[in-house]
Amino acid sequence: MMSQGISTAHSVVEPSARSRWIAGTLVALYALITIVPLVWIILTGFKTPPDSISYPPKILFTPSAEGYCNLFTTRSRQTPEYIAALPPAVDTCDKVARHANMVVAGPSNYIPRFVNSLIIAFGSTILSVGFGVMAAYAFSRFKVPLKDDLLFFILSTRMMPPIAVAIPIYLMYRELGLSDTRLGMILLYSAVNVSLAVWLLKGFIDEIPREYEEAAMVDGYTRLQAFRKVVLPQATTGIVATAIFCLIFAWNEYAFAVLLTSGTAQTAPPFIPIIIGEGGQDWPAVAAGTTLFLIPILVFTILLRKHLLRGITFGAVRK
Amino acid sequence: MSIPANLVNRAAQATPKVLATRMRGLSDRAIAWVFVGPTMLLLLAINIFPLIWTIKLSFTNFRANRPNANVLDVGIDNYVSVLTDPDIWLAMQATAHFLFWTIFLQMVIGFALAYLIDRKFRGHGFWTTMILIPMMLSPAVVGNFWAFLYQPQTGLFNYAVAFLTGVPPSSFEMIGSVKLAPWAIIIVDTWMWTPYVMLICLAGLRSIPDYIYEAAEVDRASTWRQFWSITLPMVLPFIMLAVLFRGIENFKMFDMVNLLTSGGPGSATELASITLKREAFEKWRTGYSSAFAIILFVAVFGLANIYVKALNAVKNR
Amino acid sequence: MKSIAKMLPGALALAAVTVLGLASTAVRAQDKTITLCWAAWDPANALVELSKDFTAKSGVKMKFEFVPWTNFADRMLNELNSKGKLCDLIIGDSQWIGGAAENGHYVKLNDFFAKEGIKMTDFMPATVTGYAEWPKNTPNYWALPAMADAVGWTYRKDWFAKPEIQAEFKKKFNRDLAPPKTWTEFKQVSEFFQGRMIDGKKVYGAYLFTERGSEGITMGVTNVLYPMGFKYEDPKKPYAMDGFVNSADAVKGLEFYKALYKGSTPPGLTNAYMGEGLDAFKSGQVAMMMNWFAFFPGLYKDPNVGGDKIGFFTNPSDKGKGVQLGGQGISVVSYSANKNESLQYIKWFASPEVQKKWQAIGGSSAAKAVLNDPAYPKSSPFAQNFLDSMGMVVDFWAEPSYAQLLLAMQKRTHDYVVADKGTAKEALDALVVDWKKVFKDDGKVK
Repeated sequence: MMSQGISTAHSVVEPSARSRWIAGTLVALYALITIVPLVWIILTGFKTPPDSISYPPKILFTPSAEGYCNLFTTRSRQTPEYIAALPPAVDTCDKVARHANMVVAGPSNYIPRFVNSLIIAFGSTILSVGFGVMAAYAFSRFKVPLKDDLLFFILSTRMMPPIAVAIPIYLMYRELGLSDTRLGMILLYSAVNVSLAVWLLKGFIDEIPREYEEAAMVDGYTRLQAFRKVVLPQATTGIVATAIFCLIFAWNEYAFAVLLTSGTAQTAPPFIPIIIGEGGQDWPAVAAGTTLFLIPILVFTILLRKHLLRGITFGAVRK
Repeated sequence: MSIPANLVNRAAQATPKVLATRMRGLSDRAIAWVFVGPTMLLLLAINIFPLIWTIKLSFTNFRANRPNANVLDVGIDNYVSVLTDPDIWLAMQATAHFLFWTIFLQMVIGFALAYLIDRKFRGHGFWTTMILIPMMLSPAVVGNFWAFLYQPQTGLFNYAVAFLTGVPPSSFEMIGSVKLAPWAIIIVDTWMWTPYVMLICLAGLRSIPDYIYEAAEVDRASTWRQFWSITLPMVLPFIMLAVLFRGIENFKMFDMVNLLTSGGPGSATELASITLKREAFEKWRTGYSSAFAIILFVAVFGLANIYVKALNAVKNR
Repeated sequence: MKSIAKMLPGALALAAVTVLGLASTAVRAQDKTITLCWAAWDPANALVELSKDFTAKSGVKMKFEFVPWTNFADRMLNELNSKGKLCDLIIGDSQWIGGAAENGHYVKLNDFFAKEGIKMTDFMPATVTGYAEWPKNTPNYWALPAMADAVGWTYRKDWFAKPEIQAEFKKKFNRDLAPPKTWTEFKQVSEFFQGRMIDGKKVYGAYLFTERGSEGITMGVTNVLYPMGFKYEDPKKPYAMDGFVNSADAVKGLEFYKALYKGSTPPGLTNAYMGEGLDAFKSGQVAMMMNWFAFFPGLYKDPNVGGDKIGFFTNPSDKGKGVQLGGQGISVVSYSANKNESLQYIKWFASPEVQKKWQAIGGSSAAKAVLNDPAYPKSSPFAQNFLDSMGMVVDFWAEPSYAQLLLAMQKRTHDYVVADKGTAKEALDALVVDWKKVFKDDGKVK
């Protein structure tokens, strides 16, 4: 199947420069339009609360640290006389608050929620990918009875609406004392993610020729050693891609978090939409919280974007 | 990570499999159990056991906020109530409308984007990464700030539409009107997940080997013809996969819509999961909502089963 | 079995994660800290400031968990139902009293009050019945009245004072422009301001509650329904609702609220409650705003619309008077590990000096020592309105199944007022059916 030398102005499967230019412009246009809401939110993080709800919306505005300060503190409004009687302001956010006739009463709950997100998301990702790669290897290499059915069953665990799963989990955790604990959430997210992990990783491991392990075992490695030393390194791309997906799910999850956690183990997604200012939502603080919360995932995904593409389809189209 | 070349050669002369695997350490059987065990245990504890508990609950009148009350067995009363409740059917309708339009729009736009990106213009990596960003956000947070964007007086959306089409910004409201609210949620979901579909289609497009196109060129097939007889059929399994994944996810949709509209106005955007949450965690009708949950699960499971069989048929042809 | 002894990656991960998870839930500081749970709004922030006094006097540190109103009931009832230990003290909504008492979520306070000499007669009777008693009108106390509240109204005094506006109003209605005393007057004023250009911007007449998810629209419509004749039940026959919930007067009241919503409010407020109202008023969109008195201290201090620009009036009347009761009492959660310290807090909070400070700092005390003080009516521009309102408050059901009753009313009123479904009579008739079903399930009616 050699390619014949067709004399056209460009190579057979390469699009013309003109069609590439059109494609590029359309895609760039789409990218810019869809990024506008996000840019608006990032900008809102730097507005003052009155500016954020001005009508009509303000595109040009004087930036302020109020959004970020409001995110990290709780304040109460007091009279100027009360404020004048207090000791001098300690840091930037104190000064910003006093300027608006408010007093900083203490730190907000944002940082503890963010830390919870980190612990729960990374913990559950490690667990689900760890269990997942082992199970995927077994499904790939061994004759597990009812393999196809088991795999479909594993996929089907993702089909229940989270609210539906939450009802019995709520009761179960209440009895076990796992309500509002990080361990409880880690176990829950791991269980939800492990099904995806097994599916994806099986696809990746299927791609790795068995000959490598078998040769290693001929050389005296045990199956386990072969697994660790031969298979795992080759499956790194797949493991990374799977880990990204599991992490994104656990990081952004809301339904379970809002129903099963309260003050101790609550993550950021249930917390950000309920940041209240003096009236309605403190939109600059919400925007600031959203921006900060997006950054870890953004960094992670951009650094590992090549693995993402491979991961989306593997294991899925192949059985 | 490098494997000595001679290993592969020696594999060809390897002793019979049975001997090789039984050499040292655990038998494969034992390893299979140990490897699959933890996953199965986790799934049993967090998925299966609760599912069985839900089934049990669905036959009772248990209410989680009255743990000390008497629990009666009510047989299939809950199931009958659920299936004859007009509000439940309205919720299913709203869900179906949402599912259909989001999948349709995301397929069309996602595939178109993937096709354009596959032209491999300069800088496509950068633009692709930018397109991916909406899908990395938390759906709940997205619902929340789109509510902000959709405000007719203070939000960006109405003013942007006014700027583009000349319609005055206060003349319509997206999440406030019964007619437009379902479209508001469809727009936000499409904004978020089109990149996901695009990635799947892109992987599909990239999996088509060049030689097929070259052969078609030799046969003097037009670009249009190539698209219809090569590109589309070979990407079809991937598109179907995207439909399956997005379909399952949007059937379960809760966070984004709940924070965007709370199911309103009235019940115009009250999807099945939102109704379920109200019944289970606000009215605390645990038995009733368990029946509803089981019905939903059976519905998705059944549909997915049929769909996956179709998908496999397409893949294997 | 050497291989099993080798570290499987999964086992290591599981061990690490378990240790991490358990360690992070370990008991923290040696100092006692108690957590107080309330809704996230202005008075809560004021309470944080006030509680510094308690910490100074007792050495017990305070942590706070505030949830916005729209999620407050959900979250906190969820927490109580799951026997959570997060909250030691909870300032729960008045309607939770029934459920909390019957399900054992709150500590009964009668003995503690007797021991410490805290008398319920020191607090306004309406607040004791509303926030502390279950069953109602019996001396069983489950909370200390903490925050006395009701629905009130603000208006833009500066707009009402503009000569051209006053002249035009007088010409149109043959009376002076003033804060409305009846609902008829209210409709005239709100429609008068609707769509008017003031200071170069289009403004609207009024802001009304329309929130669907938790309790918003119910807390709004009742302020029209009560004065127009709506009753929850036959005063002589409990739970008999036909002809009281859906009387001709009640139907007229619901229709009136819808007419106001359609004809005198800004667009886009189909799911709006307290916060959106404050935003609408502060950004200069509306001439009059319905909201809880709890926000009025903060509004009065607001740089944009406070001071001379803001005025207050009591809920208008019609055939009768009535206004929706708000407010909460502070309770000790029975699952708390720190009941003694929590009771100490309640004792501190109940003292007259602290109640006076609470009132001054932005809270709303229910203590007679504060409200009956002769200086009180002059202490703020809305103090008299508040006293008048507290004299005519009506509360929603406080039954254990109040959530279902509330959600039914939310659905029926929102469907009619905002989503244009059916007629007012159909909505109220359907509501009676809904409520009958709930009471039947509860065994309160046959």
